[in-house]
Amino acid sequence: MPVQYSGVIEEHLAVRNACGLFDVSHMGEIEISGDGAIDFVQLIMTNDVERITDGQCQYTLLCYENGGVVDDTIVYRYNIDRYLFVVNASNADKVFAWMNKVQEKEAIPDVTIENLSNNYAQIALQGPKALEVIKPLLDIDPNEVKHFHFHLGLINDDIEVLISRTGYTGEDGFEIYMEPADATAVWNALMEAGKNYGILPIGLGARDTLRLEMGYPLYGHELSEKLTPIEAGLGKYVKFNKDFLGSEVLKKQVEEGVSKTLVGLKMIDAGIPRADYEIQSNGKKAGWVTSGTSSPSLKVGIGMGFIEPSLKALGTEVDVMIRNRAAKAQVVKLPIYSKK
Amino acid sequence: MEFPKDLKYTKEHEWVKVEGNIATVGITDYAQDSLGDVVYVELPQEGGSVTKNEPFGVVESVKAVSDLYSPISGSVAEVNDAIIDSPEVINEDPYGDAWMIKVEVGNPGDLSDLMSADEYQKFIEEEK
Repeated sequence: MPVQYSGVIEEHLAVRNACGLFDVSHMGEIEISGDGAIDFVQLIMTNDVERITDGQCQYTLLCYENGGVVDDTIVYRYNIDRYLFVVNASNADKVFAWMNKVQEKEAIPDVTIENLSNNYAQIALQGPKALEVIKPLLDIDPNEVKHFHFHLGLINDDIEVLISRTGYTGEDGFEIYMEPADATAVWNALMEAGKNYGILPIGLGARDTLRLEMGYPLYGHELSEKLTPIEAGLGKYVKFNKDFLGSEVLKKQVEEGVSKTLVGLKMIDAGIPRADYEIQSNGKKAGWVTSGTSSPSLKVGIGMGFIEPSLKALGTEVDVMIRNRAAKAQVVKLPIYSKK
Repeated sequence: MEFPKDLKYTKEHEWVKVEGNIATVGITDYAQDSLGDVVYVELPQEGGSVTKNEPFGVVESVKAVSDLYSPISGSVAEVNDAIIDSPEVINEDPYGDAWMIKVEVGNPGDLSDLMSADEYQKFIEEEK
């Protein structure tokens, strides 16, 4: 996936206003199956997969026992005995090894863990026109694939796909999984179908600005082995009605509070926040920027960062240290951008 | 991609146009193309000084921050404030409206190691 095709801003606005196509085949896919699968996945995930039914998907964190994040992932529930975890490319091997280590220790009967990353290509179609673009290609009315549901179907009558109503942009859209050998045909069919809607291929640059406007975390920035989902403001994906790896630490954080918390930032002064810039309050270090960019939709510097919880109230002014100069920014709610 | 013959070029992808003792500085077509959409520029104050091969400002694309290196030493006679409000001009007209600073040349010898258009073109071919 290149950084850009025609230009980050043009690509970004195509997804916000029409639609864009992402080749995200680098993502990892790990399948967990067997009679013991339900017990195993409930143990490793912070969210509760019993709250969704077969054919649905769910966002969840995977945590170490100390509460640090192994990865964030979407889990696809085929049925009670079979789950597909879509994980970050750079974490796929790590997650797979970690799952095996957990299973070695727990020895839950009848659990099979398979790294299927090489068996899947993934293409994401995102934007307000996504539904109309895919309609003539899919074997069913795409309206029947509801938000965070998926369908095992056909594209162009004979290409088998798993298609979900999910994405990383904040727009309506679909993520489509298929055999790598079929990816070019699906890509070309979607580009052709989208021609009259202004479809563009989208690179990593716009993928990042789109997710950042929505306040979606990116592993390595807002999430890491040293940060917990509670600190990252992802408490709604952490369910304490069951035990899972990290639950004790996370519960304690919910009860006793955290020492840092993730917030959205919007620049008041000129300048663009960038990852690892220091955040100050009254001349003292108060946190750091995790991600930042110039928002193509809002045309202003935006970012996310961890700060002391006493500063998290919306509207609080903080300083972002840009090249040793304090530039004023404001704590804003996530998502930073929302359609009116 | 264009490389006007009447300009001199640096390895850091700035261009210089010398008229009398005034050198006008900007970034090349190749530089703006590599950066992508330029969204922010920081330039020195008028009356300040710049030093050859030292940063004199910053240009930011959506993705990244890059330093601007001065091809010459001297004092800043004029700054193009218009590109601070409209940094996209750097993508649109890098050799024209998007000039960045005009420098009163302190030492004309500074200019002798700059590349011609042909040399610069060869240089970026090799850098790719």
